[in-house]
Order: sequence, then structure tokens, then C-alpha cells
Amino acid sequence: MAVTILKEKWTGNVVEMVIGWGSGAVKVGGENTLPFLHFEGDMPNEPVAALEVWDMEPPDWPGVLSSAFAGVMSDPVAWAVKCVDYGADLVCLRLAGAHPDNKDSPPAEAAAVARAVAGAVNIPLMVIGCGIEEKDAEVLPAVAEALAGKNALLGCATINNYKSVTAACVLHGHNIIATSPLDINLAKQLNILINEMNMPVNKIAMDPLVGALGYGIEYAYSIMERTRLGALTGDKMLAMPVVCFVGQEAWKSREAKTGDSDEWGAQARRAILWEVITATSLVQAGGAVLVLRHPESLRQFKIHIAAMMKEVGI
Amino acid sequence: MILIGERINGMFKDIAEAILNRDAGVIEYWAKRQTDSGAHYLDINTGPAVTKEDQPAVMEWLTKVTQSVSPLPCCLDSANPDAIEAGLKVHRGRAIINSTTADKWKMEIYFPMAVKYNAYLIGLTMNEKGVPKSADDRIALATELVVGAELHNLPIEDLLIDPLVLPANVAQDHGPEVIEALRQIKVLTDPPPRTVVGLSNVSQRCAERSLLNRTYLVMCMAAGLDYAIVNMDDELLVDAAAAAEILLNRNIYCDAFLKTFRKR
Repeated sequence: MAVTILKEKWTGNVVEMVIGWGSGAVKVGGENTLPFLHFEGDMPNEPVAALEVWDMEPPDWPGVLSSAFAGVMSDPVAWAVKCVDYGADLVCLRLAGAHPDNKDSPPAEAAAVARAVAGAVNIPLMVIGCGIEEKDAEVLPAVAEALAGKNALLGCATINNYKSVTAACVLHGHNIIATSPLDINLAKQLNILINEMNMPVNKIAMDPLVGALGYGIEYAYSIMERTRLGALTGDKMLAMPVVCFVGQEAWKSREAKTGDSDEWGAQARRAILWEVITATSLVQAGGAVLVLRHPESLRQFKIHIAAMMKEVGI
Repeated sequence: MILIGERINGMFKDIAEAILNRDAGVIEYWAKRQTDSGAHYLDINTGPAVTKEDQPAVMEWLTKVTQSVSPLPCCLDSANPDAIEAGLKVHRGRAIINSTTADKWKMEIYFPMAVKYNAYLIGLTMNEKGVPKSADDRIALATELVVGAELHNLPIEDLLIDPLVLPANVAQDHGPEVIEALRQIKVLTDPPPRTVVGLSNVSQRCAERSLLNRTYLVMCMAAGLDYAIVNMDDELLVDAAAAAEILLNRNIYCDAFLKTFRKR
């Protein structure tokens, strides 16, 4: 018996963002249906994965993670090249060294690292500040200038520092990440404020501050889902691609940090699964750029995405 | 909530004069002004002063002038099918045809016209017997319009049913009937037809027109109103529509909700 497949008629779509330059540029967003519903609409670009690179040796990464980058963690350029070798779609440079509790490195130093990394890789670059709003308001403009022409993805802009970050991104032609703590109303407001500073909507990405599996992923999932339904029903101020910082959350979990045990099994397998499951869950809610840490997570994630992007006749 | 600016209508003296003198400036002024206020469509009506023979040419001229200064689509408003078709021929984008009644002979003209020009069609819940009073009688006519859409292959979402708002000072008892009719239209089919009212009629020749208009708009929205033909100059009315969108959870809240509602 013939079955009629019910299809939703959406009126909106997610904007398409280009990150990077030249032949290495990647596109994200652009879909006019919920994730992977190929029978209903178009999903022209697949979710992409970035691997994190730090400008200092991360103090608290478990051995099963840091061993994947043995010998390069004191050199961001070598580390970034390693990420390219592992097959990352983007490099996500995290300027943790600028944090006042770490090296408190000045904006010029952070910018020099960003420039060096950008010069060594041919894939698009994300650059994330240290997370201290005031410091990032100084660091990110310096990075934006150093990376002029690279069409990078810079963040994170918050409600408190978006003005200086946005101005620098507009001036030097970068994309921006607008971050808001699991608050769809604030997210929309921040997008409006950034857009009003002459930042085109297709150069704004949203970071809803996701949680890892077992650590509030449901909240992030439902906010992302509501955001996406808003975009598909025509809300242009929610129609931006979503960035998910998966690695930083997954590798904080007890499940990732606890060593091998009889009860929980091998740490490496468990931790990587934790990162992969978090990432593959969030793409179902509309995640477009997934920032991961372990290269094996990246590999498994990409296998999953390749399978999900296949059109299946129904 | 989709707002249709009512101002380019020959019922207004300045528009009537502009039509008479073919003075494009006045039409352009109102097209731009309503666009800037956040309208989604611009209603175009030749008004009573234009003879039936002249209506097609006037409609064509008004449509061209309006769309020369505004990116918005139009709601072509006439009782003369030739005038509507003349507007459709030069119209850019998806127009709204305003309107057919539930009379069979009219439906046989307008439904095929809507399909041919890929336009939306407003269907009034009235026929040659006039406007019914009760919600039930309005729904009976709405059902005939729905059947008309199905018969002529117009997608049901492209049919905009107008349950006909009457002035509060002469037909006060119609007020709640229209609201009940809106509620029932939304459960007639799945997906349901869309709904529209000519809002300003509710306060025709009444005092406190702006207050009556915006209060009734919000009441209708809560019952399932999708489109309204309104006075876009009434900022409080547009504010009320924006607030109702938020309170009905049709639009995601943000502090700038008044501003975002006016953005397209």
C-alpha cells in the first residue's frame, strides 16, 4: 500500500556561512528543514568538526587525550598541523594563555600565535578567546587584525563585550560567534544587537553553551531545537548556524576523566564515546560546527555524518 | 501576524484625487510610508469614484506605481474581476486577491484566477443574501469556500477566509460571532485555511477608533487571526500586534520584540 510521507512546509531557512578563504573554505548552514530530513528539504552543507589547539599546554587534559598530541602541545603551529593531518575541517585555536590566571599574555602575543597558526594551515580557522569578557574584548580585536583576509570565525562575543568584538570582525571581515548561556531570548537579542552593528546575518554563528551527555545536554538540545524551529518558521534573528563546544564539556565529565576500571571499562574508549555521542546528539538539534578534542572522536564523528548525509529512499 | 496596509484606497480623499490626476507622488508616498512602518502587504483599491470601465487601467497603474517604490507584494482589492486581473498581470511577487464571496458564480471566476496567477485568495463569508449574523452561518459559508478551493485545486493554505467585521456601533452583536468564527475556521481542515479581517471596519464612525481597533485585533489574534488589513500609521496597533505575537508564543521573545516585529 502506498504511504504518503507527511512533509512539513517550512517558510524559513538557516543562513549559509562561509568560513575560511580560497579553496580551503568551508560552508555551513543553508538548510531549509530539520537535520538530515533529506526527503523533506535541502541540507546543502554537512555539519563540520574542528579540533582544538591551545596556545599553552592544557593543564588538565587526561593522558588518553593529550597522548594524541604528544610532542606538539608546546607548539601551537605544530599542533595545528597535526590537526590537519588528523582530518579536521577547521582548527579551533583557544587562546587560554591570555587568561589572567594562566599566562595573562598580552593581545599582541595572542595575535602573533593566531597569525603563525593561520600561516601554517590551509583549513579555516576559529579563534576563541580566554573566556574573560574584558580580556577578550582586547584580545579578539588584535586577533581580528592579525588575521585580516582570512575570514576566520572569532569568538566568543557576549552581551557585555560584543561591541568591540563585532566592530573588529566587521572591520577585518571575519565571522563572529555570539554566545549566550542557554537563553534563547538573550541569544536572539544578542544577534539583533550584533546585526545592528552592520554585521550581516550570514556572518553570525550562535553558541548556546551546550552541556555534555549526562551534564545538561537536554537543555542545550531543547534550546537548539526551539531556535531551529524559529529559524525554519521565518525568524531571521535565530537563523544562524550553531557552534557547539563539545570537547570542553565532554572532557570535563567524570566519565571521561576516570581511569580504567573493571566497572566502567577502558577510559580511552569510554571518554571518546562520551565526546562522540555528545556531538552526534547535538547535530540532531541543528549543530553546524562541532568543536572536538580527540582525533579518534573526529574520525568517528565524520563516519557518522557521512552516513547521515546519504539520501535514503523512502 | 501579517499586516496589510489599508491606505492606498480610493475611499481616502487624497488617493481619489491622485487617481483622478494620475498623480503618482501621493501613491508613492503612502507605499513607502506603509512599507517603513512594517507592513507585509499593501492593499490597493481603486475606490468608488472610478467607473467600472476605468477600474482595470487604474488598478494596473496603482500596482505599478506602488511596486516601483516598495518591494512589498500587494493585496488587489476590487469587486471587479477585470480590475483584479489587470493588477495581477503587472504584479511582481505573490499577490493576494481581495476577494470572492461564497457565491458559486464568483468562486468560479476567482479560484481559477488565483491558481492561474499563483496568488492567495481572500474568501468572504457572505453571499448574495448578505452577511450572516451567527458564527455558525459564517462557518457554513467558510465551508463552501473551502470546498471551492478543493474543487479548483487551490492549496488550502492559499485561501484566506474573512469572517467580515462590522462596525461596533451598528452591529455590536457581530463582534463575538466573528471571534467564534475565527476559532472554528482554524479547525475546519488540516492544514487549516488562513484568516483575515478588514480591521478598521470595527470602529467605523465610532469614538476611540484606535483603542477599539487594537483591542479587537488582539482578541481576534487570540482566536486564530493570521492576517489583518489595518491602518499602519497607528503605532500602538502595531505594538499591540507585536506584543500579542509574543504572548501567543508565535514569536520567540527578545527585549527588542517591538523592533523585530517591524523587520521583515
